[in-house]
Amino acid sequence: MVMSLACITLGVGLFVVTQATTTGFERFFIKTIVGTNGAIRIEDRIQETLRTMEAERGNDASGFVVEVKEGRKYIQGIQDPALLIEAVRRFANVAGTSEVLYGAAEIRSSFKNEAARVYGIQLDDHLQVSDLARQIVRGYLADFRQTPAGTLVGIKLAERLQLEVGDSFQLQVGGEVRRYRVSAIFETGIGDIDKDRVFLHLGEARSLLRRPTGASFIQVNVIDRDRATQDAAHMEAVLGHSASSWQERERTWLDVFRALRLSTSITVSVFTLIAGIAMYNTLALVVMEKTKDIAILRSMGYTRRDVTRIFLWQAAMVLAVGALLGCGLGAAVTYGVSLMKIRIRGIFTADHFIVAWSGWHYLSAVAISVVMVMAASLIPARRAARLEPGDVIRGTAQ
Amino acid sequence: MPSGVTPFADDAVLRCEGLHRSLGQGEGQVHVLRGVSFAARRGEVYAMVGPSGCGKSTLLYLLGLLDVPDRGEIWIDGQLMPRDDDAARTAARGRHLGFVFQFHFLLLEFSALENVMLPMRKLGRWSLSEMQDRAHSLLTSVGLGAKTHRLGNQLSGGEQQRVAIARALANQPSILLADEPTGNLDVRNSAMVFDLLTGLARQNGQAIVVVTHNPELAARCDHTLPMRDGQFVT
Repeated sequence: MVMSLACITLGVGLFVVTQATTTGFERFFIKTIVGTNGAIRIEDRIQETLRTMEAERGNDASGFVVEVKEGRKYIQGIQDPALLIEAVRRFANVAGTSEVLYGAAEIRSSFKNEAARVYGIQLDDHLQVSDLARQIVRGYLADFRQTPAGTLVGIKLAERLQLEVGDSFQLQVGGEVRRYRVSAIFETGIGDIDKDRVFLHLGEARSLLRRPTGASFIQVNVIDRDRATQDAAHMEAVLGHSASSWQERERTWLDVFRALRLSTSITVSVFTLIAGIAMYNTLALVVMEKTKDIAILRSMGYTRRDVTRIFLWQAAMVLAVGALLGCGLGAAVTYGVSLMKIRIRGIFTADHFIVAWSGWHYLSAVAISVVMVMAASLIPARRAARLEPGDVIRGTAQ
Repeated sequence: MPSGVTPFADDAVLRCEGLHRSLGQGEGQVHVLRGVSFAARRGEVYAMVGPSGCGKSTLLYLLGLLDVPDRGEIWIDGQLMPRDDDAARTAARGRHLGFVFQFHFLLLEFSALENVMLPMRKLGRWSLSEMQDRAHSLLTSVGLGAKTHRLGNQLSGGEQQRVAIARALANQPSILLADEPTGNLDVRNSAMVFDLLTGLARQNGQAIVVVTHNPELAARCDHTLPMRDGQFVT
């Protein structure tokens, strides 16, 4: 029983901890990518390519044409962003939209040159669809807002070019070179973004990239981000532009997190499995030791079901204590882990373990232990119920 | 027909007819009971005697619905006991039958009081306080009123058997079946336990069937039923 109790406690506790950490990191990753690239991105216009077939024309009958879809053609960019944004805002789940124009540039500081990607934004619009305000690590957004030549530079890019807030640098697109000033430095935590992204005011970007109209994409924020996939599909069908949700864009990483969560669940469930086996062994021994007690109870009028219940109750009591201790252990260890320092950069920025507190982790852990332990207990309990009292008392029970 | 055996008595609380039972399998199978018929009235004590292996205990277990006959029927309080309905047989055991075995079979982790309350808990006829009062009263009647809270393993052999008698009487059964109830006790305790068992049962109007090897005890019963080779003998 002590072994069962220990394994249930460990199984439940470790399940909770692993779920809390994997879910914590997964949620933080989602928060980071949604806060950086938005819940939905609407970009290239879709053009269905059709092949026409003319039906055979008889002497008297009128002919007709059959159009067959052959594929899709994507026309880069958005021609009329204002019109598209107006249409997007009619979707119930949409919380904000931001028109973005981007293009490649070369960035030059007094120290060195680097390739960069220039993103033209309307700051207030973009703040509604991203966590840019929280991603500023040095400098102020207010400075960017008030300075036409102000920029927001990714932290890795700034480090490479040894740029600090207030420094000047040049951006070159084609043959044109313009001077800008670092208003603030941001860190999304996503390495690929932080190493080459520079935000400009949309008007300045249009001028620099020589694209007076149109946009590269519309970044959309939604109220319920779990519905982003359905909304994106709906937008694509209605607006005729490709629309990708964060789930679609980050499928690879999300699958990695899912696999990690599943594999850790399976690994720590081994403890619960051992608890089940230990409970089976214990109850099987108890049944062997208590055959006479079982027989005497049956002779008093206790039914087979009563006997089964007695053993299942015994297992349930151990399970309840183990689950309670396991939940306590899980909560304590999860809290302890959340205080542990760890430096993560690349897919997000974290300086300590990130945990998620969710009742579902505790419920799942308890549910798994209930299923495994009670299933294992059922076999000896039913064996006890099958004992014939006459055989036991006569001494011929099998 | 042996003394006291009245297979077709109308006032019999326990009756069986043509009971057959074989034990073992294949070549080792033994035909233990060969068409036994028997009836027992309330307030009377029946002693089944005979050599080991003659079928006394097997008959007792059949009468106590702890085992199922190969052939033959059993009636309790005029009701035919079904052979293949375990639930009905279990319910009948709880309502009508009390058992005392050679070994006390107390649940040693429980106190004497709790052991006596066990059949009552299942029957559900009394409230908790009524069950406690009744258990206390039964233990007092077997001389253990001062030891009600002792655990089973804190009692002597004779005391344990007296608790078993109190437990057998707990649900006011109409039939008390005892298999060598004094077989594990010394002479002094044997006489005390037997007197208690028969005295209380007679007082309550219960039929008692005792299996015993002790001729002195058998002689003190109302009816003696000698058995040989799976049958009653005259």
